[in-house]
Amino acid sequence: MYKRVTFRDPLLPYLLVLPQMAITLIFFIWPASQALYQSLLRQDAFGLRTQFVGLENFARLLGDPLYLNSFQVTLVFSLAVTFSGLAFGLLFAVMADRVIKGAATYKTLLIWPYAVAPAIAGVLWWFLFNPTIGILAYLLRSIGYDWNHAVDGTDALILVIVAATWKQVSYNFLFFLAGLQAIPKSLIEAAAIDGAGPARRFWTIVFPLLSPTTFFLLVVNMVYAFFETFGVIHATTSGGPGQATTILVYKVFNDGFIGLDLGSSAAQSVILMAIVITLTMIQFRFIERRVQY
Amino acid sequence: MAEIGMSAVKKRYGDTEVIHGIDVAIADGEFIVIVGPSGCGKSTLLRMVAGLETVTEGEISIGGRVVNRLEPKERDIAMVFQNYALYPHMSVFDNMAYGLKIARTPKQEIRARVEEAARLLELDGLLERKPRQLSGGQRQRVAMGRAIVRQPAVFLFDEPLSNLDAKLRVQMRLEIKQLQRKLGTTSLYVTHDQIEAMTLADRLIVMNQGVAEQIDTPMAVYERPETTFVAGFIGSPAMNFLAGRVGAGGHGLSLPGGATITDKGADLSGLAERPVTLGVRPEHLIAVAEAEAELRLAVELVETLGADTLAHGRPVGAEGADDAGALGGEAPGLITVRLPGLATVREGDRLPLRLAEGELHLFDRESGRRLADL
Amino acid sequence: MVENRPWMTWITHLVLLGGVLLVAFPLWVAFVASTHPGQNLLSGVMPLLPGDRLFENYATVLGVGLKASGGVPVGLMMMNSTVMALSIAVGKIVISIVSAYAIVYFRFPFRMLCFWTIFVTLMLPVEVRILPTFEVVADLGMLNSYAGLSIPLIASATATFLFRQFFLTVPDELTEAARVDGAGPFRFFVDILLPLSRTNIAALFVILFIYGWIQYLWPLLVTTDESFYTIVMGIQRMVTVADAQPQWHLVMATAVLAMLPPVAVVVAMQSLFVKGLVETEK
Repeated sequence: MYKRVTFRDPLLPYLLVLPQMAITLIFFIWPASQALYQSLLRQDAFGLRTQFVGLENFARLLGDPLYLNSFQVTLVFSLAVTFSGLAFGLLFAVMADRVIKGAATYKTLLIWPYAVAPAIAGVLWWFLFNPTIGILAYLLRSIGYDWNHAVDGTDALILVIVAATWKQVSYNFLFFLAGLQAIPKSLIEAAAIDGAGPARRFWTIVFPLLSPTTFFLLVVNMVYAFFETFGVIHATTSGGPGQATTILVYKVFNDGFIGLDLGSSAAQSVILMAIVITLTMIQFRFIERRVQY
Repeated sequence: MAEIGMSAVKKRYGDTEVIHGIDVAIADGEFIVIVGPSGCGKSTLLRMVAGLETVTEGEISIGGRVVNRLEPKERDIAMVFQNYALYPHMSVFDNMAYGLKIARTPKQEIRARVEEAARLLELDGLLERKPRQLSGGQRQRVAMGRAIVRQPAVFLFDEPLSNLDAKLRVQMRLEIKQLQRKLGTTSLYVTHDQIEAMTLADRLIVMNQGVAEQIDTPMAVYERPETTFVAGFIGSPAMNFLAGRVGAGGHGLSLPGGATITDKGADLSGLAERPVTLGVRPEHLIAVAEAEAELRLAVELVETLGADTLAHGRPVGAEGADDAGALGGEAPGLITVRLPGLATVREGDRLPLRLAEGELHLFDRESGRRLADL
Repeated sequence: MVENRPWMTWITHLVLLGGVLLVAFPLWVAFVASTHPGQNLLSGVMPLLPGDRLFENYATVLGVGLKASGGVPVGLMMMNSTVMALSIAVGKIVISIVSAYAIVYFRFPFRMLCFWTIFVTLMLPVEVRILPTFEVVADLGMLNSYAGLSIPLIASATATFLFRQFFLTVPDELTEAARVDGAGPFRFFVDILLPLSRTNIAALFVILFIYGWIQYLWPLLVTTDESFYTIVMGIQRMVTVADAQPQWHLVMATAVLAMLPPVAVVVAMQSLFVKGLVETEK
């Protein structure tokens, strides 16, 4: 944490941290504290009077079936995105770690979706699943499933899960591959000499040794699914049909920015803050153990 | 060119005092080596001279000017670091030239000085290389070159050879010595290696636990160590220490295992009955015929080095006990004898020994300070 | 691997090829769609081989844009995206490297407070403070401006921590050597620390450029004037046209254009990208 050798200057360090501090205070800390404050207030219908209502906004939210539904949608969505993303990432990483020829090429061909914006990923899959023209919808129809995400909530949810996962697989792939390559080959060889076959070696040696990476990715993917997938949904289903794809972040945007319900939106923001703080804390507890400060 | 003065220099970190007051006057052109075990404060002292550590108390002057409050660059010093501290992204030339550039030295002069130093250090063809393309010895030379081009009043060396392999270390040691002779620049050199210290120094500062135990020429330090610490630290294999007691009336000295030796003509009258430590170097224990023996060694281990043979053991009569008086030299509780050539001594032998007259050191048991020569 | 079983090698390649196909399929379809005339994409089965309208379609979107979405040229949106992504990447790097320098190389009152304040930003993504942040930006008159698009996003705990981590590995002796050579804090930073940070800066730049380019919610919040739309959010206006079928050939051309710069950066600077990604997560 400390350098033994430091410079002395009465003013310079403050000037150096000033820009970062100013932006942090103006655009992060102040708005966040505003959200906290407003979550305790209620405005009348015309925005003329505000009054302090304590935790009433929160109580209302937790009693609101729409909000609870959104919570449920978010959970299903993020668990599905996290697990399918991790599974595919791990599968490809294990395979890429095995190949001798062409490993670099596979790597290049598998990582680029990381650079695709979630919104664009959403639009791509939306097009593929488009009930009129989409090739996947056509294929599904030919095997007897009538796909229509504009009407069917489950179809819509699957669509956004697929799009969000597709973008994230490359990230998981990269980290799993790095984790696999960090496992000493001598361990695998020792297990092979002990008579363990490939599958057994994977589950008894490789997978446990990967667990720090897996745990790290678990948290990162949850954060991604919770917060960074707004674009996927906003650009495609707009939370519908009905409320089938209204995840929490979409709802806070919709209620606050479109619906202008200040108190409720602020309370939702505070709940989201609590979630992201919890996830970040978990991640940092873990990093503390992993990285020597 | 400059002399260095330190008076009552102390260093404290918080409440912990690590340097307890050093006084020394270093003449212009002198090569001073600060030697001591790790943690003795030798590097801290050097860094205070460099201006990299503040001086808590006392005064340091360079060329008659008190430098306590001056920045390193204002002190007219140059420093060679342990890990060389070469700027990895700069070429050899730029590494050497960096200080001069900051000092706004004219371009032609920078080039002239760097090329001169490169010639001196045989780095001629390497000026465009990056440090990572150099060998350890070459990096070491670049670090020296960086110091030389500044033409400072004082060179400071912080264990500059400790990262080199043994062979290179000997070679660079000689080169440093030659270079310093040629340039005549006052030098302060820190090392934990006593051979490096003995071979390089005009004068040594032997440090232990923040105190300068002795400041003197290498030979004086070797021949007349002021304390048991200095006696044990300088010389290899290390000096043997035996617990003894001066006889009644100041005559003779009783040693562990019941042996006694005469006072060899020294006047010990003021030390009657005093518990003392007798220091004797391994080469000053001489194998003799049984009849002449003053001390007999039960040999436990023999090391054959070629030029000489080392026999380790305990005084006869004190074999069983580790604390029976042989305070140890190389190994705790063991006395080491250096025998010339391929001596025929074997493990289990009883080796009759005489203590060389005029080469024995008597220290106070309590304070470790020198009392007398025998 | 340890043993040599040919069928395992086959399976490995098969799975990887499957992965590559899965990943590339949407891109291929998008590209194919962007090369066909609009009427081919209104009903029936979508073609799987490229058509002959590549240049026409791209010329259309880059020039006048889609009439149905109000006619913002995609060229302009790409320009806006580029400005935003570059400002964010450069801004984040600049303010992070100087604050990391202050935090690591100076000891000053409130140093830890600064550190933790920066840390807190990790836990406050735009998504959890949408409305109040919008209000601040509106009050500062930064709506519909490049400043509004980029400045509020350039605080970066991740980048600051990355530089801090890196600075801590720079040997102290180097700093001391520089001090003995007469370099003050400014020269040390410019002559020694910055050049040593080159690879880190480059790796971070790749990651942050992508981060800036794929922003969606933020431009959605702070732009109402179409001339400040970025391509990633602009495409949404094209697909949600109220009274008409999306013009898929043009939407997909736009999607391809929206993917092109960041994907090109990843492919061209793969090793820097991987380094950046792995380092920023430490």
